[in-house]
Amino acid sequence: MIALLLRDLKLAFRAGGGFGLGLAFFLILTVLVPFSVGPQSSLLSTIAPGILWLGALLACLLSLDRLLALDWEDGSLDLLATAPLPLEAVVSVKALAHWLTTGLPLVLATPFLGVLLNLPVPGFFWLVISLLIGTPAMSVIGTFGAALTVGLKRGGLLLSLLVLPLYVPTLIFGAEVARRGATGMETQTPLLMLGGITAATIALLPFASAAVLRINLR
Amino acid sequence: MSIAAKANTLWEYANPRKFLATSERVLPVFWISSAICLVVGLVWGFFFTPDDYKQGSTVKIIYLHVPAALMAINCWLMMLATSLVWLVRRHHVSALAARAAAPVGIVMTLIALVTGAIWGQPMWGTWWAWDPRLTSFLILFLFYLGYVALWEAIEDSDTAADLTSVLCLVGSVFALLSRYAVNFWNQGLHQGASVMRAAAVTGSDTEEKVSNIYFYPLLLCMIGFVLLFIALVLYRTGTEIRARRIKALLARERVGG
Amino acid sequence: MMPDLGKYADAVLWSYAASLVLLVALVVFSILRGRKVRAEMEKIENRMTRNG
Repeated sequence: MIALLLRDLKLAFRAGGGFGLGLAFFLILTVLVPFSVGPQSSLLSTIAPGILWLGALLACLLSLDRLLALDWEDGSLDLLATAPLPLEAVVSVKALAHWLTTGLPLVLATPFLGVLLNLPVPGFFWLVISLLIGTPAMSVIGTFGAALTVGLKRGGLLLSLLVLPLYVPTLIFGAEVARRGATGMETQTPLLMLGGITAATIALLPFASAAVLRINLR
Repeated sequence: MSIAAKANTLWEYANPRKFLATSERVLPVFWISSAICLVVGLVWGFFFTPDDYKQGSTVKIIYLHVPAALMAINCWLMMLATSLVWLVRRHHVSALAARAAAPVGIVMTLIALVTGAIWGQPMWGTWWAWDPRLTSFLILFLFYLGYVALWEAIEDSDTAADLTSVLCLVGSVFALLSRYAVNFWNQGLHQGASVMRAAAVTGSDTEEKVSNIYFYPLLLCMIGFVLLFIALVLYRTGTEIRARRIKALLARERVGG
Repeated sequence: MMPDLGKYADAVLWSYAASLVLLVALVVFSILRGRKVRAEMEKIENRMTRNG
């Protein structure tokens, strides 16, 4: 399992692995927002938590179609399916690798991008916390979407269409935590809901992803 | 064609054949009765019910809005049930019924959204508000779109049936979650689900009740929508079964020469 | 014949029109596709029984 994780991480960091693309996308999106809504700092600081959450979500989405597609193309997915490791574990490791290479860098980058958008000072802490809790759910849900569309030649757009509705609860509660945190309101309820969703998806969704992957590998 | 192959084909189509024969027999009943219910209900509602003292004549929109919303949700529930049957029992008809129902659900959701927007404009002063129920229906609409797109994208029909079934199951859980999330996120303008509440029907709940004058034509319209839904799904399932048979026949022709 | 719809006539009529158009379109498209598929299937079945 650890070997598989290390292999995935190594592949991601190698040239062409797509590491950093999500980060660059996140940076560009954040820079573009003031151009499109105007430079008033009061407006920017109101929408900053939501924009940063949306940016992180889209950056995450962007990297999903590489999650399983490369392994599918070179046939290593078939090998993994016949390996003694259960497919549920393979899928979980894949999601973990995706989170480490995409979700975590995004979380670490948000404070710097928050400065660009005039995020209020108490917002930084809550934004990072909410993203730290929310991004694993996005990776796990994304793995399910990637497993659904892995056999398709042009699955990228379909993948977005399938995954985005599934992201709704995470986005609502996550952005709510960041928004409330930025304005100094209590954040416990949405934070608990966000944590609950993340825990439940991590626990249950790998079974669905593995089932779907088995169907696709048939 | 050997005898074994023939027997195999017969076995494979035994169930769908029976389905086709039965649906052929009952379909006219559903078409006609749904048409009667809808015509009577809508005419009754449109021409012979008074205006509401608060909402004016817009109350007449209820005869389309509520049944469509009802069917939009029930259609998803039906797809969920048939998907489960497919995953557990592997009845092809079941998977195809879910596929046949999805576009009907899309249209129902669309009707609910459109009539809601047109109704909301004079009542709430806006076409669209991010009211929880409106938002939930929009999300439901997106789920339907994704479901249909996945069906269309996959060549092999058994794989497509499997994948869409799993998507339907997972999607249902997330749709429910979204419903709660959206409720939490914005308390809305919508009134409660006043039609189906017992208190509302019996009239003890004076504040939000849909009074009997509106209730009977509305009930007729709801029955009409249910019957229309059944007729459409039966008919479309028949179409899907035939389309599948065409595929199978063509494949056999290519192999058998 | 036509009931007085007052100032909301537009809203009521538009919602009825939109809904009925959508419903009729759904039914018509379903039936058209059903007819086409059925005809095609019968054609292929006839061809196959002829050819053995």
